[in-house]
Amino acid sequence: MARNQPPANQAPVVQRIRLRYAKRGPLRFTSHRDFARTFERAVQRAGVPIAYSQGFTPHPKVSYASAAPTGVASEAEYLEIGLRARVDPAEVGRRLDAALSPGLDVLDAVEAGPGSLADRIDASRWRIELPGVVPDELRHAVVAFEAAAEVPVQRLTKQGWRTFDARGPVVLIRVEEPPSEVSDVPCAILDLVIRQVTPSVRPDDVLSGLRVVVGLEPPVPPRATRLAQGTLTPQGEITDPLLADRTGAVTGVPPG
Amino acid sequence: MQSVWPRLEPLLPLVSKPIQYVGGELGAVVKDWDSASVRWALMYPDAYEVGLPNQGVQILYEVLNERPGVLAERTYAVWPDLERLMREHGVPQFTVEAHRPVGAFDLFGVSFATELGYTNLLTALDLAGIPLSAADRDDRHPIVIAGGHAAFNPEPIAGFVDAAVLGDGEEAVLEITGIVAAWKAAGCPGGRDEVLLRLARTESVYVPRFYDVEYLPDGRIQRVVPNRADVPFRVRKRTTMDLDAWPYPKKPLVPLAETVHERYAVEIFRGCTRGCRFCQAGMITRPVRERSITTVGEMVRDGLKFSGFTEVGLLSLSSADHSEIGDICSGLAERYEGTNVSLSLPSTRVDAFNITLAEELSRNGRRTGLTFAPEGGSERIRRVINKMVSEEDLIRTVVTAYTNGWRQVKLYFMCGLPTETDDDVVQIARLAHEVIRAGRAATGTRDIRCTVSIGGFVPKPHTPFQWAAQASPETVDRRLGLLKQAINADRSLGRAIGYRYHDGEPSLVEGLLSRGDRRVGAVIRRVWELGGRFDGWSEHFSFARWTQACADVGVDLDWYTTRERGQAEVLPWDHLDSGLDKDWLWQDWQDSLSEYEQDDCRWTPCFDCGVCPGMDTEIQIGPTGRKLLPLTPVGH
Ligand code: B12
Ligand code: SF4
Repeated sequence: MARNQPPANQAPVVQRIRLRYAKRGPLRFTSHRDFARTFERAVQRAGVPIAYSQGFTPHPKVSYASAAPTGVASEAEYLEIGLRARVDPAEVGRRLDAALSPGLDVLDAVEAGPGSLADRIDASRWRIELPGVVPDELRHAVVAFEAAAEVPVQRLTKQGWRTFDARGPVVLIRVEEPPSEVSDVPCAILDLVIRQVTPSVRPDDVLSGLRVVVGLEPPVPPRATRLAQGTLTPQGEITDPLLADRTGAVTGVPPG
Repeated sequence: MQSVWPRLEPLLPLVSKPIQYVGGELGAVVKDWDSASVRWALMYPDAYEVGLPNQGVQILYEVLNERPGVLAERTYAVWPDLERLMREHGVPQFTVEAHRPVGAFDLFGVSFATELGYTNLLTALDLAGIPLSAADRDDRHPIVIAGGHAAFNPEPIAGFVDAAVLGDGEEAVLEITGIVAAWKAAGCPGGRDEVLLRLARTESVYVPRFYDVEYLPDGRIQRVVPNRADVPFRVRKRTTMDLDAWPYPKKPLVPLAETVHERYAVEIFRGCTRGCRFCQAGMITRPVRERSITTVGEMVRDGLKFSGFTEVGLLSLSSADHSEIGDICSGLAERYEGTNVSLSLPSTRVDAFNITLAEELSRNGRRTGLTFAPEGGSERIRRVINKMVSEEDLIRTVVTAYTNGWRQVKLYFMCGLPTETDDDVVQIARLAHEVIRAGRAATGTRDIRCTVSIGGFVPKPHTPFQWAAQASPETVDRRLGLLKQAINADRSLGRAIGYRYHDGEPSLVEGLLSRGDRRVGAVIRRVWELGGRFDGWSEHFSFARWTQACADVGVDLDWYTTRERGQAEVLPWDHLDSGLDKDWLWQDWQDSLSEYEQDDCRWTPCFDCGVCPGMDTEIQIGPTGRKLLPLTPVGH
């Protein structure tokens, strides 16, 4: 049937832009699917000339680097968009930031250079606040966790319960010094660097691991934030994946 | 007013889809609590994913928040997982914008599109710390007001609400706001009783406590009379005239969470005079008031720009009936051609014109499915319900759809209609077979399908069928079984026909709540105590719980549902005036029984249903003769 042919060809991609964005405060409960939908609408509102895939139901060209789990805040999420017209990356960043709800904030926008974003991301740094947990209690748990060769934990996945090792991919785990301001509720803070593996080990898996090794049970759900994502250096630092694109390219850092 | 967020936040990682409780929608408004003189909490008593897209609430929300000094926030039913945690941790029912406790607002307006939301009302009241029984409330508690279509018979919830508004809400909420503002400014003289009295005296706010219901020894109602001076004998519905003057929603809410409708919806008209006798919506929203083609065009343009939605829904009870629907569809189709905006017309009229419209609207995309609603399987039953479609037209229309590239057609029917016989229902199978046979012949392919979707008929107040006996679930289920057999009797044709139906039991409960009186309130409360929540969801609905509750409080379910009412019986909603003349309704019921059809007053003379003179309204339709102009660059 002539009528059931796919619509006319979509315009090709002429420019790729990579964005770093944050998921903050209450909006950390945005799931990845929710974010994707919201982002596509923001693209519409911002009038960004996004390119579409071919076919009956054309999809806007957006690809995401591994997203933080629902409920986990992040200062370092990444995505890439394909455009059908060239635009100043800084301008795109600004327009998208304005179009997204406060709490979903665009932090950086650069034109993509060669190489894929995914290849530049192999680890994340996380910060976990554990209200109601005394720092020494956490220290004790961390010592036991580090000492273990393997810490098997379980997680419910779409395929049912899976058991995997939460210790191996953890590159760094330490208790941060508590903030200077004093509060009547103790709050221990955990600093974590985890390598990206399959199945991925997430902050809640490490917390499960602490429960496994010493039975640590935080009285209220801890609050995790991804602070950085990128390439792990031998020194244990994480390199911004947009750094390579920025070299030589026009960059812009819109107000966050 | 303190936010409950700090107490709610730790609970959210423990529940499913926490984003629905967070707010943060585009279009949401957060106002300063202390500088507002009147504060409304608006609720759609279902899950956020269903409630958020609701037009009624979005419209009232925007209308109220546009006024200086008036604050409106929204709240939705929380799922049982969060309800449990909220009880455990003492977190009250909250609004999603600023997470303020619902109990702290002046007014709590609840929108009922369906009666199955009543148990969710009780959960919300209870979580809010508002006494379930209106009689137990004092000046500290919000005034609880019901609106929406179910409010045309609020008697089953009369004990739980302080007031109900029948009909359109745009002007009603502003008038109520004005009365409450004046009363508060004067220092709340006379307390709760006085403000309710002031509302009742407008003659368009129903305050159940000011009416006494007396019963006959056989259980029927003897009379309903006001128990205060100056309170009207009958309360009138509200009608918003000139929809062009009320172009809402202007700033549609765009949620972060996924919801049932992800689109910008614009009502292209209100009311319907096609006169389908089962349709309460058509009866209670008369007369027809069109929004002009130019306003529709502007609303779509601005709504898409504001929201970033890529789908537009043109809503109404029968969208193909707009006097300029052809120009609206082609105008919009042209405007958005080549962009990724898609248009939809949830119209189910059975004629070729509908297909022409659908063709216009699918210019940008694929022809997924078309829906038609013949509602009755035999021509006889279609005369009874006043759905004027001949079998020939129906088949021709569906075949046209197939030959124009649609592969899938959905047909809606009802089961359990007044005077219905087994044969009327089995005829649906014959019709579906005929559709497939003719479709295959015309297209020369076997790659066509139709889905037959059947709903149980529930007699509704303010319709000619308000007197009718509802069919028992056994009857409905038996006929549905016969139909299934008949569809599959021909294996080849049967394979091309999908069959979807609902069990008869939920319809019986809906029937109880639709035509119930104040005595049914005890059943609702009992069901709620027994754990009833989200009764509109089949996975939460329990028929056993409802029959148990009826038994516990001594209410005869059959008496309210499968019993036919006589002409002289005082109906629980007789003191609530939808404008329809009761004698006209009775005549239409008699006409139905003698299979006599009634025309549409838009194209034939007024048939005196009573609404226009009674409510001082008139039909407002085009054509205006204007066209939609193309927009300057839409697809950047
Ligand atoms: C879109 C739609 C849906 C959507 C979206 C629902 C939603 N979240 O809003 C979906 C597909 C989910 C849906 C589902 C259902 N729907 Co529906 N739906 C419609 C439709 C097409 C439009 C509704 C609409 O937006 N109207 C426009 C708005 C502005 O009107 P409104 O909400 O009534 O609000 C006005 C007044 O009522 C009043 N008001 C409303 N609330 C309040 C509150 C206060 C305090 C005050 C003062 C005033 C007030 O002010 C508003 C502005 O004037 C209507 C048909 C129609 N055109 O009305 C059917 C309709 C409302 N649905 C209907 C039905 C039966 C259902 C279902 C029960 C179907 C089913 N069996 O599952 C479910 C119930 C879902 C649920 N749990 O709520 C029936 C209602 C039957 C009746 N009362 O006679 C209708 C009328 C269709 C019909 N002809 O049968 N529906
Ligand atoms: S009063 Fe007459 S014109 Fe008005 S809706 Fe009824 S039949 Fe139509």
